[in-house]
Amino acid sequence: MKVEYQPKVIGFLCNWCSYAGADMAGTSRISYAPNVRIIRVPCSGRVDPLLVLKCFQRGADGVLISGCHPGDCHYTEGNYHARRRFALLRNFLDYLGIAKERLRVEWVSASEGQRFAEIVASFTTELAELGPCVKERSLG
Amino acid sequence: MEEVRIGVYICHCGSNIAGTVDVAQVSQYAGTLDSVVIARDYKFMCSEPGQEMIGRDIKELGLNRVIVASCSPHMHEPTFRRVCEEAGLNRYSFQMANIREHCSWVTEDHEKATEKAQALVQAAVRRVFYHEPLEIREVPVNSNTLIVGGGIAGIQAALEIADSYHKVYLVEREPSIGGHMIQLDKTFPTLDCSACILTPKMSQVGSHPYIELLSYSEVEEVSGYVGSFKAKIRKKARYVDEEKCTGCGLCQEKCPWKVTSEFDMGLGQRKVIYTPFPQAVPNVPVIDRQNCAYFQKGKCRACEKFCEAGAIDFEQEDKLVEVEVGNIIVATGFQTFDPSIATQYGYGKFDNVITGLQFERLCNATGPTGGNIQLKDGSIPRSVALVHCIGSRDENYHDYCSRVCCMYALKHSHLIKEKTNSMVYQIFTDIRCFGKDYEDFYQRLVKEGVNFVRGKVQQVTSANGKEADQGRLIITAEDPDNSKVTQVPADMVVLCAAIESQQDANEVAHILSISRKADGFFLERHPKLDPVATMTEGIYVVGCCQGPKDIPDTVSQASAAAARVLALISKGKVEIEAATSIIDEEKCSGCRICEFLCPYGAISFIEDKEVCRVNEALCKGCGTCAAACPSGAITSKHFTTEQIMAEIEGVLV
Repeated sequence: MKVEYQPKVIGFLCNWCSYAGADMAGTSRISYAPNVRIIRVPCSGRVDPLLVLKCFQRGADGVLISGCHPGDCHYTEGNYHARRRFALLRNFLDYLGIAKERLRVEWVSASEGQRFAEIVASFTTELAELGPCVKERSLG
Repeated sequence: MEEVRIGVYICHCGSNIAGTVDVAQVSQYAGTLDSVVIARDYKFMCSEPGQEMIGRDIKELGLNRVIVASCSPHMHEPTFRRVCEEAGLNRYSFQMANIREHCSWVTEDHEKATEKAQALVQAAVRRVFYHEPLEIREVPVNSNTLIVGGGIAGIQAALEIADSYHKVYLVEREPSIGGHMIQLDKTFPTLDCSACILTPKMSQVGSHPYIELLSYSEVEEVSGYVGSFKAKIRKKARYVDEEKCTGCGLCQEKCPWKVTSEFDMGLGQRKVIYTPFPQAVPNVPVIDRQNCAYFQKGKCRACEKFCEAGAIDFEQEDKLVEVEVGNIIVATGFQTFDPSIATQYGYGKFDNVITGLQFERLCNATGPTGGNIQLKDGSIPRSVALVHCIGSRDENYHDYCSRVCCMYALKHSHLIKEKTNSMVYQIFTDIRCFGKDYEDFYQRLVKEGVNFVRGKVQQVTSANGKEADQGRLIITAEDPDNSKVTQVPADMVVLCAAIESQQDANEVAHILSISRKADGFFLERHPKLDPVATMTEGIYVVGCCQGPKDIPDTVSQASAAAARVLALISKGKVEIEAATSIIDEEKCSGCRICEFLCPYGAISFIEDKEVCRVNEALCKGCGTCAAACPSGAITSKHFTTEQIMAEIEGVLV
């Protein structure tokens, strides 16, 4: 039997909006791909580009960074910093030979469980089409 | 460094986790991981025996790190942190692995779920290895409270707090407190006169020694955190000196200019210098600058001539007031759906199509008709139709149910029956009488001879087909079950327009750093167990700004928020974030990137050392600075790079 390829995704979710949004997906029993692993951070602004690169180096096929919607950041503006930071990093990823589509930045509020599950579904589908991220294994 | 000794506890959560995840296998797996001294699984870790188990193990096995793999940390992190503290550990020795909300509840395949739970436990084990004890800091709680919004919610909360001798700043943007409740004629199901039950509370607010009422004012800026917030409030110019005004009302009588009254929902008129209604608190009028002849054309000043107290002050300007408070209660209320958007209902086209709130004014003794239910031409309607669910339970506008419309439509029906001989039709999709004694009220109305017609209204048209005709109207409704179409003739149509979030709810949310749900209402901390607090400590939401609700529910929620505030005041101190950032001055290059990123101004540059330093009292621990520091000199405590890296490695094993 052919084993269907399931991409490994790391999700950095801010504590106040997106982590609670993912909780809401759970409470509402909306299932999504099991290979998504969530790491809680205080704010999307805490996510250092090095942490993202570390994920790829360690075998992740995709990285999702999710914070509060623009204007709703619990810390006022951390998500704006994240947005700028990862717009830059995405370009840099291409340069490294990692498809920039493997890094996504999304906004999910605490009430958007459904939206979180939908984002995961579309991201994993896209990653499955890209196939395993082999290139970056040679990074480290 | 002391030896790391980790205890791992896998919760079954009844069948919530164990029904999907092989908890025994996860526990066995955890036992094989580095530094794990003990791994157990148990039916309910949050139960008393579960908590005792952890406490006992900490003492007997000398554990210095604890991991519980169970629900979301938003649920039980405080519980298990306390268990650790009671057993003598620092609360930051604890880590939670979320294998319920993020695993068992979202994964169908049992094998995959177990694999995921193992990865999450592995990550927690690796992470907790790098945990360090953090110092718990406490700050005093300012005993003043800011309440935003002076409707029944804000009034109730203000009185509860002020009655226990604690100062309240009550901010209301309109010239008087009272909110929507003071516009209502009678209230369901008791038929209490709304003003009769509200005005005693309003006057109590007005004269309370512990309440400072800031009417005709708006909150512009809020900074700080639980225990010590600072708020900037704009007191708009009334052009009437509150100190001098005696509230005699002569100015209103003498003012020669009339405009449409907002309070009467456009059905009546008011003067340009006005109090919105006779029982206004404070009883101090406001000059409506936009419509004032003196302000617009430079002539008139009639009010000034007749004011014996010399209270009129055309030179008055907006004033900015700054207050310091420990807690904030948000009670900003609602607005009603504008039915003119949905043109099929004929609102704005036919004179005798009005909203539920307009009907309240029509029915009220202080309203434009002195309480007579009459058509635009002054005649008594032969039949009145109350149309439910206008803009609510409607996929084109709002999906939610506005909760109060069924009941007030019944109440309106009773009043129509009482005051006129009209036929009354209720055109409804479902009748929802959920509250105490509400069902009895419904049965009473059935007996009173109200006609109930099931159907979603498709359109309201003129009986003779002419657009401009202001006579008899025809309501066409379709039964949602069998698509049967019914036509009901009526002289007056009352539209039960949805309760919706205030137009500027988004601005308010930004000012206060609170969130809104997709439907626009403010988001509470937990929909069932914490429907009063928000994700921002020290800020509470009450009344219809949190979601549509009736008066009893609003009052309960307001009292609950007041109790929460009083609890914090009585405790006198509050813990603040211990997971702040710290800068290693040896590594800092003094580039000052962090200083400009910090949203709290918590980072300052030390000139003589040419390094940056964090003021921990101001730092909230967002970690943005740590992510941006090019020299890696900044550590975001409890979310250190080492800890997150270890977690990444753990989940990817």
